[in-house]
Amino acid sequence: MSAAATRTPPRLRPRLRAGNGRRREMITPEGLSLPVTLASRGSRAGALMLDVLIIVFGLIAVHMLLFWIAGGLLEGTSFDPTDAPRGAQEFLQILLVIFVFVTWYGYFLVQELGPRGATLGKRIVGIRVAARSGGRLAPEAVIARNLLRDIEVFYPLVFIVTLLLMSSNSEDVGPLALAATAWFALFLLLPFFNRDALRAGDIVAGTWVVEMPRTKLAETLSTQGAAALGASEVTGARYDFGEAELSVYGEKELQTLERMLRESSPEALAAVHETICRKIGWEPGAGDERAFLEAFYAQLRAKLEGDLRFGKRKVDKFS
Amino acid sequence: MKAPILSSWFGRGAVAAPPDIESASLRSDRFRLEREGEWRRLEAIVARMERGGLKRISDEDLLALPALYRTAASSLAVARETSLDAATLGYLEALVQRAWFQVYGPPKGFAAWLRDFLFGGWSRAVRALWLDICIALAVMVAGSVVGWLLVARDEAWYYRLVPGRMSDTRVPGASREELLATLATEENAAGLSTFAAQLFSNNSAVCILAFALGFAFGIPSLLLLVHNMALLGALLWLFDGQGLLVELAAWLSVHGTTEIFGILLSGAAGLHIGRAMAFPGTRPVLAAAAEAGQRSAVVMVGVVIMMVVAALLEAFPRQLVDGTGPRFLIGGMMLAFWLAYFFLYRPRPMTEDGA
Repeated sequence: MSAAATRTPPRLRPRLRAGNGRRREMITPEGLSLPVTLASRGSRAGALMLDVLIIVFGLIAVHMLLFWIAGGLLEGTSFDPTDAPRGAQEFLQILLVIFVFVTWYGYFLVQELGPRGATLGKRIVGIRVAARSGGRLAPEAVIARNLLRDIEVFYPLVFIVTLLLMSSNSEDVGPLALAATAWFALFLLLPFFNRDALRAGDIVAGTWVVEMPRTKLAETLSTQGAAALGASEVTGARYDFGEAELSVYGEKELQTLERMLRESSPEALAAVHETICRKIGWEPGAGDERAFLEAFYAQLRAKLEGDLRFGKRKVDKFS
Repeated sequence: MKAPILSSWFGRGAVAAPPDIESASLRSDRFRLEREGEWRRLEAIVARMERGGLKRISDEDLLALPALYRTAASSLAVARETSLDAATLGYLEALVQRAWFQVYGPPKGFAAWLRDFLFGGWSRAVRALWLDICIALAVMVAGSVVGWLLVARDEAWYYRLVPGRMSDTRVPGASREELLATLATEENAAGLSTFAAQLFSNNSAVCILAFALGFAFGIPSLLLLVHNMALLGALLWLFDGQGLLVELAAWLSVHGTTEIFGILLSGAAGLHIGRAMAFPGTRPVLAAAAEAGQRSAVVMVGVVIMMVVAALLEAFPRQLVDGTGPRFLIGGMMLAFWLAYFFLYRPRPMTEDGA
């Protein structure tokens, strides 16, 4: 393992290296590789809990509504249930049974078949279902993954809870019940035993659950401030960096600087400014850090991108 | 200097005009500024599709979508090789991924899928499982024979196989009259519809279990089939003891031809997955499992429909129609219908419309 690790590091692109173990490549039909981030097991469990809560509260609400209607049926019969119109009561009962069934299976099915490929819980958490092959998400796949949910999530939980209750009442737990619980627990824990966090339903359906990226297009940095004007707005000073000064850093540092310029406070920028000045052998001044960094960013990027066009990549300051 | 993203949250047209292209000093930023308008248009279309499907999109936008998607995809490919602007790259990756989900999204709506399913898709999927259906059928027949033989040898087995509440008067040693009474019809239809709804809910859950257990190489599915059919075998033995075998068969056939067929299909569907995982052939196990799982899922949707039919048959005709002949007639008709639908009805598959 360690031998392989020392052999492989060469040239992972910085973007990929910055990610974690949950990043995967997906090849579109155009042959373009798109990075996808698998949803974490925690966020999936959270989404499921949200969905179950929504279903349970929805069902309770409908039950209460139906009981309220059924209560209305008793009125005018001097509250004697035997006098109540039987057909109407029966109708409500059927409605209830069918409603529970349809809700339980339909809730996940209809929503995951929609354009977002996610239930309400998944949407809140920011994840969606996708086909593992990179192809279309077929309706059959959504059906298959949802049919297995009962056996791999709810039955195990029911089994484990009953077992806990029985043992807390110091009842005798047969070996069969233990074996069944262990067997079902295996299903429940399946996502922990594979790299892609697939549950049994995902395996059978050929799907996985990925994060839904929501990125806004940020402003271009090179059209703002000192990067565009060429001189500082505050002091009017021009910053020009030589070849030697710009070859200190690589792509990774450039993109770190970009992030800092977009997000960081003036104090953090001052610290970065000082570090860069020391690194390239300049005397750090004060009061004009942002303009300095913008100019440095623009010129470093121009140099690195120029090299890029000639096929030279400098991944980070060590290469 | 944060990007003023608030404005782009509201309103579709309220996108801030990009800076003048000439003002960009970097070639990669000029590249970005030239294409930014198209990216934003794509983003707006995709966002609308995510919200409400295709109905809200104008024809013009819909026609532009594939081209815009390909533009964004090619922009991403170019930007990866020429630009070091992490924000743009991240945005493009997210945009292309979102657009990809819509462009290559669910091929058709639920209604269209259901139509295809009823007119050909379902019977095609059932026929694809023929080998598993044969195996499951053999296992079921064996199960009922085993049930019969076990009970015939030792009556104690009856109580183990048949759950207590189900066998009220139907126990070994019951008289012919008692047994015959359980096959009689109800006086009226009151209460039967609730019965049907509960039967349906319960039977469908059993079938889904049989299917889902197939994941463990199909063995639990088969065990479930054996257990269910052993119960049937025990019941057959009991009624045979009083010479009521034909009457019981007629009583069962009304809904049983549909219900047992459905159980057979769900067991076969489970077995299909299990078999694909145990013997994936030249494909990777996961690919084989996914392929089998999707085929079986189609069958399972059909099984749920069969359970609705079976519950209706069980609640109304079985409890209301008396006489061996009419009961056999209903059951036989249903069986003939299902067999014809699955194996004789072979419409040509509807053409897949490309993206």
